[in-house]
Amino acid sequence: MEVLLAILIGGLYASGLYLMMRRSIVKLIVGLAILGHAANLLVFTAAGLTRAQAPLVAPGEDAPPPLHADPLPQALVLTAIVISFAVLAFTMVLFKRAYQTVGEDDLDQMKATDT
Amino acid sequence: MKGFVVSLILRTAATYMLPLLLLFSVFLLLGGHNEPGGGFVGGLTAASAFILYGLAFDVERAKVMLRVNLIRLVGVGLGLAALSGFFQILMGDPYLTSAWVTIPLPGLGELKLGTPLLFDIGVYLVVLSVSLIITMTLAEQ
Amino acid sequence: MLVVGLLALVLAFAAPTIRRYAGSATGWILAAFPAGVFVWLCVLTPDIGAGEPWRFSQEWVPGLGIALSFHIDGLGLLFGMLISGIGALVLVYAQGYLGEHKDLGRFYTTLLLFMISMLGVVWADNIVSLFVFWELTSVTSYLLIGFDHHRDTARKSALQALLVTGIGGLALLAGLILMAIATGSMELSEIAARSDLLLEHPLLTPALLLVLLGAMTKSAQFPFHFWLPGAMEAPTPVSAYLHSSTMVKAGVYLLARMQPTLGDADLWTPLVGTVGAVTMVVGAWLAMRQVYLKLLLAYSTVSALGGMVMLIGFGGELGAKAAATFILAHALYKGALFLVAGSIDHAAHEKDVRKLSGLGRLMPLTAVGAMVAGLSMSGFMPLFGFISKELLLEAALETPAWAGLFGAASVIGAVGMVVVAIAVGVRPFMGSWKETPRKPHEGGPTLWLGPTILAALSLLFGVAPSLVQKVLLSPAASAIYGVPMEVKLSLWHGLTPALGLSVLAIAVGVGVFLMRPGFIRLTSLSDRVGAYGPARWYTWVFDGMNEIARVQTRVLQSGYLRAYLFIMIVTTVGLTGWMMLSSGALAAPTELTPVQLHEAGLLALVLLGALLAVRSKSSLGAVAALGVVGYGVALIYVLFGAPDLAMTQFAIETLTVVLFVFVFYHLPKFRILTSVLARTRDALVAISAGMLMAALVIMAVSQRPLHEPISAYFAEHSVSKGYGRNVVNVILVDFRSIDTLGEIVVLAVAGVGVYALLRLREPREGGSS
Repeated sequence: MEVLLAILIGGLYASGLYLMMRRSIVKLIVGLAILGHAANLLVFTAAGLTRAQAPLVAPGEDAPPPLHADPLPQALVLTAIVISFAVLAFTMVLFKRAYQTVGEDDLDQMKATDT
Repeated sequence: MKGFVVSLILRTAATYMLPLLLLFSVFLLLGGHNEPGGGFVGGLTAASAFILYGLAFDVERAKVMLRVNLIRLVGVGLGLAALSGFFQILMGDPYLTSAWVTIPLPGLGELKLGTPLLFDIGVYLVVLSVSLIITMTLAEQ
Repeated sequence: MLVVGLLALVLAFAAPTIRRYAGSATGWILAAFPAGVFVWLCVLTPDIGAGEPWRFSQEWVPGLGIALSFHIDGLGLLFGMLISGIGALVLVYAQGYLGEHKDLGRFYTTLLLFMISMLGVVWADNIVSLFVFWELTSVTSYLLIGFDHHRDTARKSALQALLVTGIGGLALLAGLILMAIATGSMELSEIAARSDLLLEHPLLTPALLLVLLGAMTKSAQFPFHFWLPGAMEAPTPVSAYLHSSTMVKAGVYLLARMQPTLGDADLWTPLVGTVGAVTMVVGAWLAMRQVYLKLLLAYSTVSALGGMVMLIGFGGELGAKAAATFILAHALYKGALFLVAGSIDHAAHEKDVRKLSGLGRLMPLTAVGAMVAGLSMSGFMPLFGFISKELLLEAALETPAWAGLFGAASVIGAVGMVVVAIAVGVRPFMGSWKETPRKPHEGGPTLWLGPTILAALSLLFGVAPSLVQKVLLSPAASAIYGVPMEVKLSLWHGLTPALGLSVLAIAVGVGVFLMRPGFIRLTSLSDRVGAYGPARWYTWVFDGMNEIARVQTRVLQSGYLRAYLFIMIVTTVGLTGWMMLSSGALAAPTELTPVQLHEAGLLALVLLGALLAVRSKSSLGAVAALGVVGYGVALIYVLFGAPDLAMTQFAIETLTVVLFVFVFYHLPKFRILTSVLARTRDALVAISAGMLMAALVIMAVSQRPLHEPISAYFAEHSVSKGYGRNVVNVILVDFRSIDTLGEIVVLAVAGVGVYALLRLREPREGGSS
């Protein structure tokens, strides 16, 4: 399963980076979002996979069941998800403002107008 | 959102969904310490409740429902989270060390209250207000 | 000690405020600090003379052996007295010289800071402290040279001085660290005690060369001498202070400090002695050809510094004695002459010595100071300069090898001194007054006090050398020599070869001075050679580096995001991939968790979504494909035991899609903007990056972690310490809550940023947006 996930993460990275190298800003933003997913999955997978055992302690117990998923990467990824959303939103708004001013989706045009 | 055709079903559903979703979000927030959930998810759920309402009617109406200034709400949330760590400084512990009190409730067992709950409420408010600021300002354009 | 140091810093920064309230008394008030230091050093003198250095140590970074440690021995005492004593006079002088300048307060601040750093240099025992103070003197001297920062030449000279001495400082640091490695100690006194370890160590030669480089740049030794004349852009009190008696002597100090440690190295005497001798000759040659007051003094300072370095290079009892004497004598007469030069310029607004004459009657007190200092510099009989020049010549003649060459060099140096001394200290005051841009008159006591005191000391120590030989020079010479020794000075040595050379130097010097216009014309060829000298090399290196930076910026910072990404990805993939392949860390993929069909299907779906996003022709299509990816990832979280993540991801994904629709709804279809070739290239690069990341994931899961995961602690203590059964949430709001706090701050900033971008429009020029 790890190999399959590795391939998926590699594929997500490749797609995200390819999209970010395009001239269209929309593609840039979509690429950024995919890159975020890839990074989250990377952290999640690299810490080790466990099926279906959430790091939850059953009522009355002191510790989670012996074979549970690693809680730390989950905490990291959880905040990363929310933050990448905020960053994505910020990028979109930047784009929207730039698009309103320049009327153009092409990054190269924006460079030229310098606005 | 001018230009969208909004169905009656959505509007009716949204009216009933709003309180339900908000209630659910508070459930997620408070239960998050023991079950899946927490301030992040709770805040997002609450935000989506208002966004759904805003989609069904319009953003202005959703804002009226909201009643608070969102920017101010960000500050309140951040302040709550940041302040929750100060209690223990007075006791000589590092910043953000948790502190708990247990209140026995006759017949219901006991209720544990702690500064992490305050912190999580802060997170909830920040996530809620930031998500709403982003979507609503974009929707108004 | 720390408190005193901090108080001094406070005083330095309070200088502008003091000036506002104290007005023209500021100089006197501030001079109390160096005067106090001077008195304190006088009190310490008996102990230090008895061979008991004053010590102070304060831990700084104990783990690395870095301490704020100081020790004042004979050498530190001599330099400390020069720095504080002349410092006090210069502070007073600056009040008269720059009295009306609007930035005098800032000037005082930097000057005091410089003074503190310089004291730190000569007292520091720990090599890191030494380096820090060393660099602080470079920085403060940069600020002082560039004091008139509205002038282009001042800025350029300041930068030049900073770069040259700064690069030397780095070399010094490297050299000191090598010495610390070889001896196992960071304290200079310890290193000196273990010099035998160092002398047998293979790092000896690099350490020696690096330390020497540091000293050469700081003390303006050939070929790094060119920054010192440039530094004459500074106001005269600065030149008097930094470029005659203190900062430029830091290199001399360093070599003197190293003499007991490195002096026995085979390379020491040939290298240091030669560098000094060459500098002395070059400096003297250039000095004889100058016509401006401060440049004359600057080049003669270069020459004198060369002489001191040469003497330290000789080593031995005589070398140490001559060096200590020369340092003191030079500080006295050169400090006085710099101040005199400033007074002349201040009074007459004329810098060209050819146009100055007859000032003696107009500025009598300055004239007396100038003449005594000038005669001392030329090496006339009852003055302290005479004694030091005798010792210099004597030491040069007694060198075991090349005594003739060193002797000749010393005579040339002495001739240069004579010419400069007459041109600056004597000639302007003789004869009748020539028209100058301003009718000169004697300034206030602030202006004549410094030169006269320094000149009086030159006379006093010359007549009665016993005043300083026991208390000051013996300890200093002992510190240079490394073994306690006694310095006995006397005015009359008998008819020695040195005396003969001394007389010869004076005679030639007077001769050269009398024929100076002809001499300068005759030797104009050397200007043309000089144009290709070290100053030009500096310009070449400087311009070359700027050009490289420009080209590199043009190539790397094109302004195209995709070019940046391209470079970053190719570099990362290249370096990391190369490391992976060459280190053999790339393990064969192992399956730790068996594959299940529905999961494989889900992964395939997510990958398909990503590919669809890449291939999509319209924004909305790309957004829909992105949604597939997002919800698919959320399902992966569900399958692998992360319900919190899954919930958050679902909620976020919904919001993201809503946002995308808001923003992109009206956009036209994508246009194809790039060529097939470019797209193929980008695809290849992106795929290689993807492969790298996949390989990294496989490595990460198939190898043991470097460190035991800390997650176990969180899982174990979640209930007992965090009172929560959801470990992820306990980590977020309790164990690692400060991280979460940071994250919600980021969130808040993003939210406010969005609001500001869309709501608060900057009013355009001409009114509404």
